[in-house]
Amino acid sequence: MFRFIVRRLLQMILAFFGTTLIVYALMFAGQGDPIQALAGERPVTAAQRAYLTEKYHLDATGVGGFFYRYFDYISNLLRGDLGESLTGRSIGDILAAAWPVTIRLALIALAVAVIFGVTAGVLAGIRRASIFDNATLLLTLLVLGIPTIVLAPLAQYFLGVKWQVFPPTAGADPDFYALLLPGIVLGSLSLATALRLTRTSVAENLRADYVRTARSKGLPNRRVVSVHVLRNSLIPVITFLGVEVGNLMSGAIITEGVFNIPGVGFNLFRGIRTEDGPLVVGIVSVLVVVYLISNLVVDILYAVLDPRIRYE
Amino acid sequence: MRVRRLAAWTALPLAVTLGLVACGSGGDGGSGESDPNAAVRIEIAEPQHLVPTNTNETSGSQVLAALFSPLVDYDEAHKPYEVAAESITSEDNTTWTIKLKDGYTFHNGEQVTADNYVDAWNYGAYAPNGQNSSYFFEKIAGYDDLQGENPKAETLSGLKQVDDLTFTVTLAQPYSEFKSMLGYTAFYPLPEAAFSAPGELAEGFEQAPIGQGPFKMKGTWQHDAKVEVERYDAFPGEQPKVAGVEFRIYQQLTAAYADVLSDNLDVIKTIPTENLSTAGTDLGDRFLQSPASSLHFLAFPTFQEEFSNPDVRKAISMAIDREEITRSIFKDSQQPARAFVSPAVAGYRENTVGAAGEFDPAKAKSLYQAAGGPSKITLSYNGDGGHKDWIDATCNQLKANLGVDCVGSAEPKFADLLTKVKAKQPVGLFRMGWIMDYPSMENYLGPLYSTNGSSNYYGYSNPDFDRLLAEGASAPSEEEAIKKYQEAEDLLAEDLPVVPLRFGQNNFGHSTKVKNVEMDLFDRVNLTKIEAIK
Repeated sequence: MFRFIVRRLLQMILAFFGTTLIVYALMFAGQGDPIQALAGERPVTAAQRAYLTEKYHLDATGVGGFFYRYFDYISNLLRGDLGESLTGRSIGDILAAAWPVTIRLALIALAVAVIFGVTAGVLAGIRRASIFDNATLLLTLLVLGIPTIVLAPLAQYFLGVKWQVFPPTAGADPDFYALLLPGIVLGSLSLATALRLTRTSVAENLRADYVRTARSKGLPNRRVVSVHVLRNSLIPVITFLGVEVGNLMSGAIITEGVFNIPGVGFNLFRGIRTEDGPLVVGIVSVLVVVYLISNLVVDILYAVLDPRIRYE
Repeated sequence: MRVRRLAAWTALPLAVTLGLVACGSGGDGGSGESDPNAAVRIEIAEPQHLVPTNTNETSGSQVLAALFSPLVDYDEAHKPYEVAAESITSEDNTTWTIKLKDGYTFHNGEQVTADNYVDAWNYGAYAPNGQNSSYFFEKIAGYDDLQGENPKAETLSGLKQVDDLTFTVTLAQPYSEFKSMLGYTAFYPLPEAAFSAPGELAEGFEQAPIGQGPFKMKGTWQHDAKVEVERYDAFPGEQPKVAGVEFRIYQQLTAAYADVLSDNLDVIKTIPTENLSTAGTDLGDRFLQSPASSLHFLAFPTFQEEFSNPDVRKAISMAIDREEITRSIFKDSQQPARAFVSPAVAGYRENTVGAAGEFDPAKAKSLYQAAGGPSKITLSYNGDGGHKDWIDATCNQLKANLGVDCVGSAEPKFADLLTKVKAKQPVGLFRMGWIMDYPSMENYLGPLYSTNGSSNYYGYSNPDFDRLLAEGASAPSEEEAIKKYQEAEDLLAEDLPVVPLRFGQNNFGHSTKVKNVEMDLFDRVNLTKIEAIK
């Protein structure tokens, strides 16, 4: 197990540099005129252009320029300096302000997905073809079919503005209750997928040989389901949720926008819109780390759930 | 502030067709009693900067308008009058003497002196400081010496302190409307505390700017969240009627709109386009409109053979039904334009384009054919600004009325469009928008149409026009300057280098908790007028 983790950590370093290189290259290649993008439709004065060009080495172009800027970026990164965004704010500060709220939002979404998705999935799996099963099928199909860009404003309008159950926006420093609605909206997609996965997995495992054996041994139904079936059924769900942690953090662009939460997704969107290369690369680098770690955790959880899986 | 993201309210999806909005013109929305101890919450976007000479977008200048008091403000006829200045005078339009009112103090207690202005302006003009608004100082003598990588000088030779409360500004060339310029954000003073060394801005100043205005900072700028200000009791000017303002930062206007609907936010400065059609029913008389300074137009690449004939350009202008487009696409959130300057400035005349602005398909077609206009027209625009609907509608009108083929061509961003236009690539007609820097006709004419204008992308050059502008700038009085500018505008109407299409409007709304909400010409909420309701 120890050797496995070390090996994975070494791979992670490689993956990290690989992805930053690719993201940096993509931002570099896609970059038109970041100075003009920053100014919107205003004309940019020559003095301002010269100032920003020199500050961010924007005149280094071509393959040579790319590697010059990339190594400049990486060497700063290794010293713990993520650089400055084009508006002059330290990217480290931006991320430090953005991450806590995004993590809280993602955790709420994840909790929603686990608590409701897995529970309902198990119930639907046990009572296959019941009204409950069919109702959840319909509901999840509906949720999976509605994109967040529609769901989020709808939820905001009805629950926030019309009936005033929740505050319509969360803001920068929200309490738990203000984050609940965005969390549910964000988690609803994962909830639906987790529910479908759990339901199929449980339904399948209920017919497995070891369940029949357990039942014929005379074990109570509760024990059969909660220990034997559930534990085996959770492997695909855990895999899915592990990947979803990363998705929830990076994929909250729409939800964070609609509910005015200045988290990672919003900053990523702003970075892309204003062609702010350093900001995008900084955020994506951290997201890569999140993905890598959550995958590692998932792999380790496999071994916990299924003792037959061994890592050497 | 010039040509900004006009995107937010330039287009409405055609599909959304609900009843027209009932729009009041005044600011009175509620009738409750005023509460001077309450704070109001106003929507802004994340400012790019909070240093006067570096702030040229509306969000930043809205915050700075709370913290600073300008030298001049503008009356109802859009003429400047003194606020923080006692008097601003000049005999030759070249050397201007600015006397400051006594009694103004910065929020840290410092007396406001002439040096505070001189230092701030010098800092703004010095190229290596990379200030966004440095071009505002280009009319002042010595500006050129502060440009380049290693400027020859560090201070503007045209700025001279006379005594504690007086300084003179010498311009490189006479400019009759210099006083009008002084109301803009770039001309605020900075306290000594702003500088760590002469010409060097103290680190962290931007996080909690110190001004001499009616409000002072409460805490620091909380990025992406809010900027809070509270009433500054030692302010000698007109005291605001609220105890403080929370400028709440929104990424999306729709979120701010939802908050206004549920009284979680007091003022939204721009109603999002998708909500414009329902704002009248949602907000009732709390949905307001006021003139803004923006002008939207289609520009001709006059350097291209096919558009070099003014008759071709006039025919295209006559083939466009402006009323139809503002009504059906913009739901009257913008107004049809038939002039080259906005109603927001003194000297505006309603219909300067004349016959070329009349919608007359038959005449347009015969004129177009007689002048030999191209059989295919392209309208280029930036795809990120919601311009597709009106561009397509305009194209359809040109197709139907001129019998030509017309296509809309989207560039991803305005920057891409500009790059192509500057390289003189054949993009066809292209859309542009203009927002004034200061309320003066000159600001609508000089940069856009003079031969060396900073935003003259269409290759228009008319020596008579340039001469009239120069005469206007050196005219002995504002009235005479306006006359010259109007003559220059008439020349534009003859040549028609661009087709004026629409004037922008502020479409804003407020909650039930505030009243007397007004927007000024710079798209800012008037903070001395707004009142909270008990």
